[in-house]
Amino acid sequence: MNPQISRLAVAALVLVTALILGTTYWQAWAAPGLADRQDNAIKVVAQFTIKRGTIYGADGKTVLARNLRRRVSGQTFYFRRYPQGPLTAHAVGYSTRARSRTGLERSRNDFLTGANANLATIVDTALDRVRGSTIEGNDIVTTIRTRAQRVAMDGLAGQCGAAAAIEPSTGKVLVLASSPSYDPNLVERNFAAIGRRAGPCPIAPLLDRATSGLFIPGSTFKVLTAAAALDSGRFTPESAFVDPGYCIEYGKRVENYDTSSPFGRINFGQALQHSVNSAFCEMGKQLGPDLIVDYAKRFGFYEDPPIDLPAGERAPSGLYQDGTLLPQAEQSKVDPGRFAFGQERLLVTPLQMAMVAGAVANDGIVMEPYLTDVVRAPDKTIVSTTEPDELRRAIKSETAAELVSMMESVVSGGTGTAAQISGVRVGGKTGTAETGRAGRNTVWFVAFAGREKPEVAIAVVLQNQSGTGGTVAAPIAKQIMEALIRPASNSS
Amino acid sequence: MSARNRELLNLVVVGTVVGVAFASVYIAQREVVSTESLSYGLFFLGLYVVAHLVARATVPNADPYLLPMAGLLTGLGLTEIYRLGEDDAFRQGLWIVIGLAAFAATLLLLRRDYRRLESYKYLFGLGTLVLLALPVMPVIGQTVNGARLWVALGPLRFQPGELAKIFLILFLAGYLREKREVLAQGRLKDLGPLLLIWGAAMLVLVVTNDLGGGLLFFGIFLAMLYVATAQVWFVAAGAVMFVAGSAAVYTQIGRVAERVRMWLDPWSDADGGGYQTIQSIYSIANGGFGGTGLGQGTYTDADGNRLIPYLNTDFIYSALAQELGLIGISAFLLVYMLFAARGFRIALLAQDGFSKLLAVGLTFAFTLQTFIIVGGIVRLIPLTGITLPFVSYGGSSVVANFVLLAGLLLVSNRANAGAGVRA
Repeated sequence: MNPQISRLAVAALVLVTALILGTTYWQAWAAPGLADRQDNAIKVVAQFTIKRGTIYGADGKTVLARNLRRRVSGQTFYFRRYPQGPLTAHAVGYSTRARSRTGLERSRNDFLTGANANLATIVDTALDRVRGSTIEGNDIVTTIRTRAQRVAMDGLAGQCGAAAAIEPSTGKVLVLASSPSYDPNLVERNFAAIGRRAGPCPIAPLLDRATSGLFIPGSTFKVLTAAAALDSGRFTPESAFVDPGYCIEYGKRVENYDTSSPFGRINFGQALQHSVNSAFCEMGKQLGPDLIVDYAKRFGFYEDPPIDLPAGERAPSGLYQDGTLLPQAEQSKVDPGRFAFGQERLLVTPLQMAMVAGAVANDGIVMEPYLTDVVRAPDKTIVSTTEPDELRRAIKSETAAELVSMMESVVSGGTGTAAQISGVRVGGKTGTAETGRAGRNTVWFVAFAGREKPEVAIAVVLQNQSGTGGTVAAPIAKQIMEALIRPASNSS
Repeated sequence: MSARNRELLNLVVVGTVVGVAFASVYIAQREVVSTESLSYGLFFLGLYVVAHLVARATVPNADPYLLPMAGLLTGLGLTEIYRLGEDDAFRQGLWIVIGLAAFAATLLLLRRDYRRLESYKYLFGLGTLVLLALPVMPVIGQTVNGARLWVALGPLRFQPGELAKIFLILFLAGYLREKREVLAQGRLKDLGPLLLIWGAAMLVLVVTNDLGGGLLFFGIFLAMLYVATAQVWFVAAGAVMFVAGSAAVYTQIGRVAERVRMWLDPWSDADGGGYQTIQSIYSIANGGFGGTGLGQGTYTDADGNRLIPYLNTDFIYSALAQELGLIGISAFLLVYMLFAARGFRIALLAQDGFSKLLAVGLTFAFTLQTFIIVGGIVRLIPLTGITLPFVSYGGSSVVANFVLLAGLLLVSNRANAGAGVRA
């Protein structure tokens, strides 16, 4: 019987060998593909065994997101808690089991979970894994100034609107407020409660209006038309216009906001100061829409704002039709007059308008906006610091200087006087986009301010208003800027 | 060094390995190091030293590697069961004590000459049928997980199929030893009793819905028939019968068709029939090369809900593969391979036909059972619920496998003593 036993033995050993090969297939060959599958609960769970980094405000002390440690059947999990509640919900976002991630929690997930390609982090993470200890992510210090953020949220409370403030010289995003907001702690526990808080606003609280909310810019777009007019050399601040109270386009009258008292003979500077539509309508007809669109692109229109937020939470500004950007070929056919003072089919984000004000205040250079200031390892050593980056030069230095003084005249004696701050130079532009229905105006204030040099550029927008940009948006912008500008030094 | 001294030395090594494994789980679970984990290890080692002393007294010349390997497998199995749930581990520990007692009892009862069992071969054949039929009986029969495999007597629940496996091997060893010459000549009428027993067994298995058991019994039958007669055409005919039978069963029994469909594409019903296969594969894949480490695998979601059903019985391999990784689980499978190799060696060295057939049957049963469950988990074959020998949670399985081990040691002892071989 021995020959048969030998053969059977070989067969049995082949069976066990097949088991080893089969297991090898799953653990070595198929494992990476399986790890990426959406329904792989183990990988979802694994995310929560990582001690995510803490997210701080700009002071490096105010905690915006932290971990809640909990042991579930022998395993330690880290769930997210947001001590500031709705304050920075849109910028910081959330990280939950059921609804994935948003905001910095999503865009900076690699840093927060220690999975980023930084050599020191890779070594630390690998050692953690070998030792079997908990993987700790890196902490993030954001650029958000929490006190000013609170001022912004209080100013917008109960309204539908947003505010974005950046530091013109660096692009640091100091305030990113969107109202109505939501409590990110509720996303996991009571998601339905968030939807009910929408109130009268047309869009749900989860939307970040500051970076992806699209609004009609109204007269704030005149800053861009003025930039194109001055920078192209076709006009100067002294160029003269005659305001009859309206402008004739295609044989029809396009009227000023207030037609009762035409300004008569004015120059370019005064036209911006008092937001005279007829002058900009005339300018638009002479410049043509292509040139204005070209300048808008230099300021960042028609591209996602390069801020460190997830792609889905940013929207490009520009001419829209049926929810999508108007193609290049269609641009030339838009109504140049209405386009020049911000009507037509223009839609912009508050962040984009803050970038425009920032570029004017920053010698004509657009800086890339960013929220992540410093990334710190768990032992507090610095992993990386974001270096300010120029997006591009939008306008000449001289043009910027001319625009600065023109916008300062808006605040000192034009439509934006409500934004005056004593001892601080403030320049701005109001905007009131009429939707044709009473109490449905979209109002704007776009501004920059600083003691010696501009320290902040801001855009504030509110929807469903019966007032104007100068009366509703400007006071809110003023309060936020006051909270951001360094206090006057008494020593000198 | 004598065989039994070598066995003792191996047991000390196994005790150390299991102790370290248990300490690893204990530390990962409690985040503390304690002497409690050490005492568990020592108690476990003590149990096996007692079993070793019984072997020293009854089968001094037997193979010195089988008992330590069984110790390693039960030890790691118990460690993993403890990791998955402490209550089950306590019960499993109790079953291991009972299993070792059965091991010692078998050795003591049959120490003079186990071959006298050969004369009771028809009794074992009948016993096989009775044991298999028990779960189908009213009152005492119980259905668990869709298969009617259990007998309940008061608080005790037992799976008689595990013991029936050993009875079948004893019957086949005895019957084939007697009839192998005539069978080899192709006298079909001698196949009668064989086919009768086998057919009845198959019928019972189909009725009880135990597909894994059916495959196991059929495999044992074919293997032993081949070894006894050297007729490849028996195996070929058997294989044809199996394929034909499978095709018939496939069309007739929905459960079988479902299993095959989930084997080919578990993702076609990821939340239903394919769920356990998919989760078990995720678990294995999560181990990667090095594994997560004992006690650190992920078996629950973040709310503490179990991801894989029947994790410590049918799917314990998925749990071990995740925590040990490819390196560890390969070593683990090599222990099974080594166990099989030693078993076949015993069969080769045995002097008489009954001993050879008995050793071959026991060894092949052990290997095939491992293949059926692990092969099902890694999707080499359709998945059928059956225990992983010595490792899975389950009393009947542990006890039956210890009796199987005792049988191999008895054959080995006699073979080595007779041949003067120093194992």
